Amino acid sequence: MQGQAWRRWAGYTVASAYELVHDREYAAVRNAAALFDVSPLYKYLISGPDATRLLDRMVTRDVTKCKVGQVMYTPWCDLHGKVIDDGTISRLAADRYRLTSAEPNLRWLSMNGAGMNVAIEEISGRLGALALQGPLSRTILQQVAAADLAGLKYFRLVETSIRGVPVTISRTGYTGDLGYEIWIPAEQAVPVWDALIEAGTPYGITPAGIWALDMARIEAGLVMLDVDYHSSHHALIEAQKSSPLELSLDWTVGWDKGPYNGRRALRAERARGPEWRFVGLSIDWVSLERLYAAVGLPPQIPSVAWRVSTPVYRHTKQIGYASSGSWSPLLKQYLALAHLRAPHFEPGTEVGIEVTVEHQRLQARARVTPLPFFDPERKKS
Amino acid sequence: MKHYDAIIVGGGHNGLVSAGYLARAGKKVLVLERRPLVGGAAVTEEIFPGFKFSVFSYVVSLLRPEIIRDLELPRHGLQILPLESTVVPLDNGDYLGSWADPDLTRRELARHSAKDAEAATLFGRLMHHMAMAVKPILGMLPPDPTSLAPSDLKGMLKFAGHFRSLGAEKFHALHKLMTMSSADYLDEWFEFDPLKATKSASGIIGTFLGPRSPGTAYVLLHHYMGEIDGAFRAWGFQKGGTGAISATIARAAQALGAEIRTDATVEQVIVRGGRAAGVALASGEEIGASVVVSCLDPRRTFTQLVDPREMPDDVIEGIRRFKFRGSSGKVNLALSELPDFTCLPGFGPHLRGAVSISPSLDYLERAYDDAKYGEFSKHPYMDIVIPSMIDPGMAPPGKHVMSCFVQYAPYNQNGGWTDANREAFGDAVVNTLARYAPNIKSAIIGRQVLVPSDIERITGLTEGNIFAGELALHQLFFFRPVPGWANYHTPIKGYWQCGAGTHPGGGIMGASGRLAALEILKDGGR
Repeated sequence: MQGQAWRRWAGYTVASAYELVHDREYAAVRNAAALFDVSPLYKYLISGPDATRLLDRMVTRDVTKCKVGQVMYTPWCDLHGKVIDDGTISRLAADRYRLTSAEPNLRWLSMNGAGMNVAIEEISGRLGALALQGPLSRTILQQVAAADLAGLKYFRLVETSIRGVPVTISRTGYTGDLGYEIWIPAEQAVPVWDALIEAGTPYGITPAGIWALDMARIEAGLVMLDVDYHSSHHALIEAQKSSPLELSLDWTVGWDKGPYNGRRALRAERARGPEWRFVGLSIDWVSLERLYAAVGLPPQIPSVAWRVSTPVYRHTKQIGYASSGSWSPLLKQYLALAHLRAPHFEPGTEVGIEVTVEHQRLQARARVTPLPFFDPERKKS
Repeated sequence: MKHYDAIIVGGGHNGLVSAGYLARAGKKVLVLERRPLVGGAAVTEEIFPGFKFSVFSYVVSLLRPEIIRDLELPRHGLQILPLESTVVPLDNGDYLGSWADPDLTRRELARHSAKDAEAATLFGRLMHHMAMAVKPILGMLPPDPTSLAPSDLKGMLKFAGHFRSLGAEKFHALHKLMTMSSADYLDEWFEFDPLKATKSASGIIGTFLGPRSPGTAYVLLHHYMGEIDGAFRAWGFQKGGTGAISATIARAAQALGAEIRTDATVEQVIVRGGRAAGVALASGEEIGASVVVSCLDPRRTFTQLVDPREMPDDVIEGIRRFKFRGSSGKVNLALSELPDFTCLPGFGPHLRGAVSISPSLDYLERAYDDAKYGEFSKHPYMDIVIPSMIDPGMAPPGKHVMSCFVQYAPYNQNGGWTDANREAFGDAVVNTLARYAPNIKSAIIGRQVLVPSDIERITGLTEGNIFAGELALHQLFFFRPVPGWANYHTPIKGYWQCGAGTHPGGGIMGASGRLAALEILKDGGR
């Protein structure tokens, strides 16, 4: 690793970038295939006759509809309908699931499973996870995986092996592109990484770090815990909490399912309409250029995605804030993800976003844009 | 007879941009392209089965941000991939590298000259300022300095005001850039000869000049122009090759309503009563139009598509004097394995960037000496990229394509461009490569050699000049292509010109296509 750019993630260190400049790592996500080490995710195995009941009670998605071999993305809430965390549920067997999360959830799972016939096991340290993402990910993975991947649909999984190592391959990821996540016994994860690099080199496989991932997930409009929202378990004040509706995750809420944490609050919120929405902003480059030209400079924007809360205005009134943003080399647009108050979150609304130009706080024009910014056909095809 | 608001003659990228802008304004537009595919000199073709080449133009340079936005090119397939480094193999077995990371580049240069490493930062800043000064001109309609028309006077005032605003120091630097040779100019800054050679090479591309010819310093600036676009930078390698850029612009134009016909050779622009009325195809078909835009080079626009008698004598004379003088060739190689450079053995990041064969100023000037006397360079300057290392789709897995831009190959080669001469030129290129990467000969499984006469025959570019006319100071701005007619008009009403032979010149910029369309629209689309 040339870059020596490390960062912390759940008590582990992972690469921000493997090279000195992350442009190529990002490009690989959209052009060939990028390989990410996402092992620091928290992972839990939930098994037993009540496994479905436990998860269905805990999360907002209707887990009873999750078929064996299916993966569901879902947030989960406290009793007040505020999001604690979000992750994926993989149904490995009729009575066995794997849950991933950004933060530790063993205690919360146990509390929700009180009195149920279910075993909850944390397997975070035992299970390595690699994400292979990009248009050539299938071609590369097929070189080494035993299973036929052509039949593996979006958000489905298959238990198979890579060069003799037992793995689960799920067609999931955090880039909004064609991609797979590979779940591997930790002690055998390195040989699998090596096998992928070897098989993928003729196809332009590129190890990629969090900087590249962050740019891709912003293009994909995917929310990130501790960046775009805070866990209701960590928030110190009410205003720091968000509901799934406020995060524009309505589609993950099972309105007709049985009881689950936060149902009453969410139904009430739906009835009165959410106060906030999580939306995309496309920042007008010409207006940005004009602000910089006034001081004799071309636009100066960070080369990596930013994660600083940034005020968003309509006329002179602040109507919300952007929580992350990035230049999109693919879309040739300066993008941001923002929380906007009703009624300013309708697509097409013209807003202003704060930019600091040579120590002066100014506003660039921006437009509310539907998410995701980038949604290629190959993601699901 | 079918009738269009505008017919674009030539489906090069500028013609397609022009069609896009006219269609966007609600005009009924038809693009006519002689070849089976659009793109002109920006085409991708599968020359050997499984091996795709950007046959002629091979990198995207300075595609205008406003065009990317206005025509929504990212939605139609624009995807520019980073081409991050340049490595120059040296004759002593060492190399000079320039990398994506500026600190690493400085460290690398300091290995050869600590002073140059320091000077490079200041030089870069000056070039930034110069590029900022020149850049607005790229998006400006050239005024006629001798005209008293209000629009020209206003243009000249804007032009003069722009230069006055630079201040003395920058104006002096710009004057030097406009008048000096790149070798002399770089001598004022640097001591390490291979560095000067490599930098000066960007000043000779597409011209019939050497690094010691006055006027070449200015072209150095174009190299820095992309960098001031900051994050927007539209410089690099288009996924799928330069043909994919053309296809992207074509899709965008079609989405806006433009029609495109390939295999449609325009024989003549129909002129009735002193104004353009349509075109006659080689097939005999005639198509009517209120506006005809030629995106061919100036010689074809002024003297071949129309009867020269329709044009004033001084314009015909100006076009006769306009210099084409193609000076470059292209060698496209299909490879069974990657080149193994002696200076950087094995696999490495240098294979993902450019490799420049420019070991010294003398080397480049000698290459030019050959051309001056009608011979291709025995030891040519080359700009090499391996597109399959950037976009794996360009070649079968594990195999590669290599693009070698080569100078000099004079259009008027002694004895003519016979097959024997073409192959001898191809051999000179491969032999030069083999000096630095000895495995190259055994790795070649396909070789396409293109000399100026081939470029002329295939793309239609007169004398095979890649810029549709030399990009030299005496042929730029209000001189491009002839004084008085630098504003995309021609002496025939309703007959317009755009393309690399008009302001602001060559490279996959699209600027002339856009400016011409805007001027046509301003004129009421007549």
